[in-house]
Amino acid sequence: MALELRPLTRDTGRAIIHHMMNYAGGAHPAPAVEAADLRVVRGGRTVLDDLSFTVPPGRITGLLGPSGCGKSTLMRAVTGSQARVTGTLTVLGHPAGHRALRPRVGYVTQAPSVYADLTARQNLAYYAAVLGLPRAERAGHVERTLHDVDLTSHADVLAGSLSGGQLGRVSLAVALLGTPELLVLDEPTVGLDPVLRRDLWQLFHRLVEEHGTTVLVSSHVMDEAERCHRLLLLREGRLLADDTPAALRERTGTATVEDAFLHLVDEAADRTDRTPHDGSPGAAPRPSTGSSRSAEPTRKSAS
Amino acid sequence: MSLDRTLATARRVLRQLSHDPRTIALMLVVPCVLLTLLKYVFDGNPRTFDSAGASLLGIFPLITMFLVTSIATLRERTSGTLERLLSMPLGKGDLLAGYALAFGAVAVVQAALATGLTVLVLGLNLTGSAWLLLLVALANAFLGTALGLFVSAFAASEFQAVQFMPAVLLPQILLCGLIVPRGSMQPVLSGLSDVLPMSYGVDGMVQVVHHTGVTGDFVRDLVVVAGSALLALALGAATLRRRTA
Repeated sequence: MALELRPLTRDTGRAIIHHMMNYAGGAHPAPAVEAADLRVVRGGRTVLDDLSFTVPPGRITGLLGPSGCGKSTLMRAVTGSQARVTGTLTVLGHPAGHRALRPRVGYVTQAPSVYADLTARQNLAYYAAVLGLPRAERAGHVERTLHDVDLTSHADVLAGSLSGGQLGRVSLAVALLGTPELLVLDEPTVGLDPVLRRDLWQLFHRLVEEHGTTVLVSSHVMDEAERCHRLLLLREGRLLADDTPAALRERTGTATVEDAFLHLVDEAADRTDRTPHDGSPGAAPRPSTGSSRSAEPTRKSAS
Repeated sequence: MSLDRTLATARRVLRQLSHDPRTIALMLVVPCVLLTLLKYVFDGNPRTFDSAGASLLGIFPLITMFLVTSIATLRERTSGTLERLLSMPLGKGDLLAGYALAFGAVAVVQAALATGLTVLVLGLNLTGSAWLLLLVALANAFLGTALGLFVSAFAASEFQAVQFMPAVLLPQILLCGLIVPRGSMQPVLSGLSDVLPMSYGVDGMVQVVHHTGVTGDFVRDLVVVAGSALLALALGAATLRRRTA
């Protein structure tokens, strides 16, 4: 284990603890997020039902599923913004939404939550103050995060004049301020070009390696799943799978996570079709809803 | 509550405003233009201008701050910045106080300009001190901020937020004694005007026109306006939820 000879700041201290937790003693590190029997009701509809899973610390966990499957609700529950959450949800050792978590969890909503009538730099300066970063260090944090999301050249443009992708990166930069221990990212790469997407994923991996950050990132783009250490596959508020991308592919005998996902969807549909009306073994699998556009051809190739 | 976060919020709100010079100009110039207009409307009757002008000096900051705050807070709610702020270590008090400070600062400038113009240029006859006039104008601005914050919780869009202005403020303008003295109103209306905070905001201004020094009624007016503002602010704070459905 290589200990850096830097002064022990909050970040390096955390990185060292992260190294120790992962590699010393062989004991399982405490999960960053632990959910048991999680259930969320919104407008009389059960959006998340009976979810139990863990998110390992210092890893990138992808939350995947078609739009409307409850990804955002799950992320809001983890950050403590969601009302009517039942079951157990522990985040970094505290109940989700605990006040002690507020400076430790960075959260990027799907819509860019920044002030359109401030420049990117002014947005970051304000949020840095809200996070309570020491006054002398704020400017440094702001410059570093601007650099991390590749916005230094647009730092003094009003956020409202930026493109959609740039605006999303300002929002991401806010979440990176102060190097939070847990980063919750709701579809951070939507609308970005491939180069930028690759750069952002490299950034996420760098955060994990350098700071031991835990990343929980949602996407409905399945090719991004391959870049995650672990995956949670969600469909219609229920967990289809909780595994590594490789294990998922292996278990389902498929070549890509997308195929694995479709395989699991069909499997689940078959199960639910069989259970209520037993005695109809030949029942055709229910056509999958949601991102089913490519479901037909893929299923054929997968089976 | 943290002083640092409160000041950062106030600075941020003022920075947002500074990127919108047209709004600043409208906030500062419109009251002055309207007061000048009023002066010439009552050209033949300067005594009426004294009380109507003073009343309007109290009403303008209330209306402006109500509009600005309700829209600004609604934007925070709909843009997701409020959700983000509340997921960070920011106290609701920090946010509210930050807004109150920033808009209070604008209100000081607005009230100073309008009061200065009315007393020095338009020749409003004042028995009391112009500083007391300014003090009530500020209390009214504070009340406008608090009311705007409160109603923004019930508006889903900027259309709705703007409609709350006539719904919440026009009845108070009709009943505050600006048009007909409150004592000569039909008893039900007069009773109603007794429980509306703007009546006191306007009465406080008129007290300064007619009396030297601080009267008992003036103190009561100021206390009622500030108390109503605090109540609205507390109700507004209750509408800022960290967890939403």
